[in-house]
Amino acid sequence: MKKLFIVIALLVMTVSISMAGILEDVQKKGILTCGVSEGVPGFSIPDSNGHWVGFDVDLERAVAAAVLGDPQKINFVPLASKQKIIAASSGQVDLVSRTTTWTMKRDAKQGVDFTKIVFYDGQGFMVPKALGVDSAKKIDGATICVTAGTTSELNLADFARANDMKIEALVFDGKKEAISAYSAGRCDAFTTDVSQLASLRTTLANPKDHVILPEVISKEPLAPFVRHGDNQWKDTVTWIINGLIEAEENGITAANVHEMKKNSKNPVIQRMLGTSGDTGSYINLDKDWLVRAISAVGNYGEIYDRHFGPTTKLNIPRGNNNLWTQGGLIYALPIR
Amino acid sequence: MIYKPLPDLPPPLESVGLIGWIKENLFSSKLNSLLTIIATVFLWKAVPPLLSWAIFDASWALSSTENACSPEKHGACWTFIFEKFRVLMFGLYPEQYLWRPILTFVIFLTVCSLTIFRILRTKLLITLWFILPLPLFLLINGGMGLDIVEQSLWGGLMLSIELAAIGILMSIPLGIVLALGRRSDLIVVKTLCISAIESIRGVPLITILFMASVMLPIFLPEGMNFNNLLRVQIGIILFSSAYIAEVVRGGLQAIPPGQIEAASSLGLKRWKVTYLVVLPQALHHVIPSLIGRCVALFKDTSLVIIVGLLDFLGMIKASAQDPEWLGNDTEAYVFCALIYWIICFSMSQYGKSIERRNQW
Repeated sequence: MKKLFIVIALLVMTVSISMAGILEDVQKKGILTCGVSEGVPGFSIPDSNGHWVGFDVDLERAVAAAVLGDPQKINFVPLASKQKIIAASSGQVDLVSRTTTWTMKRDAKQGVDFTKIVFYDGQGFMVPKALGVDSAKKIDGATICVTAGTTSELNLADFARANDMKIEALVFDGKKEAISAYSAGRCDAFTTDVSQLASLRTTLANPKDHVILPEVISKEPLAPFVRHGDNQWKDTVTWIINGLIEAEENGITAANVHEMKKNSKNPVIQRMLGTSGDTGSYINLDKDWLVRAISAVGNYGEIYDRHFGPTTKLNIPRGNNNLWTQGGLIYALPIR
Repeated sequence: MIYKPLPDLPPPLESVGLIGWIKENLFSSKLNSLLTIIATVFLWKAVPPLLSWAIFDASWALSSTENACSPEKHGACWTFIFEKFRVLMFGLYPEQYLWRPILTFVIFLTVCSLTIFRILRTKLLITLWFILPLPLFLLINGGMGLDIVEQSLWGGLMLSIELAAIGILMSIPLGIVLALGRRSDLIVVKTLCISAIESIRGVPLITILFMASVMLPIFLPEGMNFNNLLRVQIGIILFSSAYIAEVVRGGLQAIPPGQIEAASSLGLKRWKVTYLVVLPQALHHVIPSLIGRCVALFKDTSLVIIVGLLDFLGMIKASAQDPEWLGNDTEAYVFCALIYWIICFSMSQYGKSIERRNQW
């Protein structure tokens, strides 16, 4: 049955490939339709004033700014987890950035194309500061709270065996139960995906007394995705994200982007901001594509800090999400 | 000498007044006394902490200040609800147009109270209810000179009420048609209606919502994407009408055939027999169960969260996920339960009042 649906979906898509690309459609409509979650802390959430905010939201605003010249020209569509792939593959939305792990099956079989990894999530550990532990390799002999039936439990066992440690897992049915057991001191550490650790930490009595350890023991690379088959649109989105990352590497921020454009002598920056050459034309945009994106939401680091940085309640250490020059995995391809 | 009876003695003290009532109702037997004591102990343990959580220790600050809901406080954080009130009621509806849903809500409440207090004649009222959705829809959605507000921005209690109200208004006539069709002598009509009713009743609402929002887009050609909300609304109407059809059928079966024969012998046409004799009585019989269906439908609308619509419950969930306000799930769900209870209880009270008056 599932195969049948996919075949039909692909048929529908082959029909649509002959039509105009998403980029032209978006520019003609003057509005970008974006999929977001129904509420994941830090990634996309409706705030008290009825605006979407979050890391995923800002990436989509950057695309809107580059493509349409206005970060507000977005129609956000909340998508349930089960809808997100089909919403993109059937063309209901132009772009989805919704805490989605880039997997082989989704990319190759389900009619969507991933653009670029923007957040390396994965299973991590949280411990009380008082324990004095600074690395997950040092938790030998600890009791660890974990939720049942999730891959977290398996990953934890694998991690313990691979590092030749004895770890006792205390298994709970739900996240709420597990975190309250942890806060009651029934276990030494708590493990789940890092982004969730951060949001669960804020619910503890004294969030500052707990640290998230830098090690990540599973791979959950999150990436925005578009419909399969429209390579031009995929290129546009991918390179806008590359541009945001490259901007952080070169110190271009929302505050100094206009000044940099005018005065910078660095040829890399000149190419990015359209002072020399016309990189925008490669992705069917104008020269100022990246200037608009950066001045709307800032560079990658600014976006990260706004939603996960030390000043926020979530306070997720950058870890793998640091630039490659700082020991992380975030690496932009050269813009030229 | 005239016989003068002595005045009646007052009844013994233990059988009247407060003591009498307590004896009669709480301590009438050994088992009853035991249950009373257990219940009292339970209430004694449960109520004071609940009150101090919900009222005395709670934070009632209207706007959020730094220490409004500090983790040291053990009471509820109602500030969270006040802060989120707008999104809980109207979702992401843009601020500058907020007067539109508010006006809609006022009109809606007015018509509700007109109905409850029977100020207008029944026929007028029914007409009003069926005409009203169109202007109210235009008011919220925009069009005819008003700016369009995207339906992905609709949400909160507004969306729940909208889904339920349109669902009820559309599914009652559709349900009646299906019920009449099921009793029809025309074999094609009858088969169609039976298969429609039974196939819809055979699946849970959640399946219909999934089909409408996840499967349908795969089959529709590109550019035929009519929006998620409309598809979900149609799904809800179809689901509800199948159930209402069965409720109405029960009413139709209660009408003795003699009435239909009598009406026909008076020379009434077939549809007139149905419209003037059968239906009014049949509907009259099933009002309690119809109201029950309405209450159930209102509660069922909370399922739309699984297809990404942020209705009241969805907005409650999303708000509790706000990184600024994490850890307020209890307050959020208590508030949600309270609002649902108020609305559902009012509906069932209205149903009861109709039964009591035993008239339209």
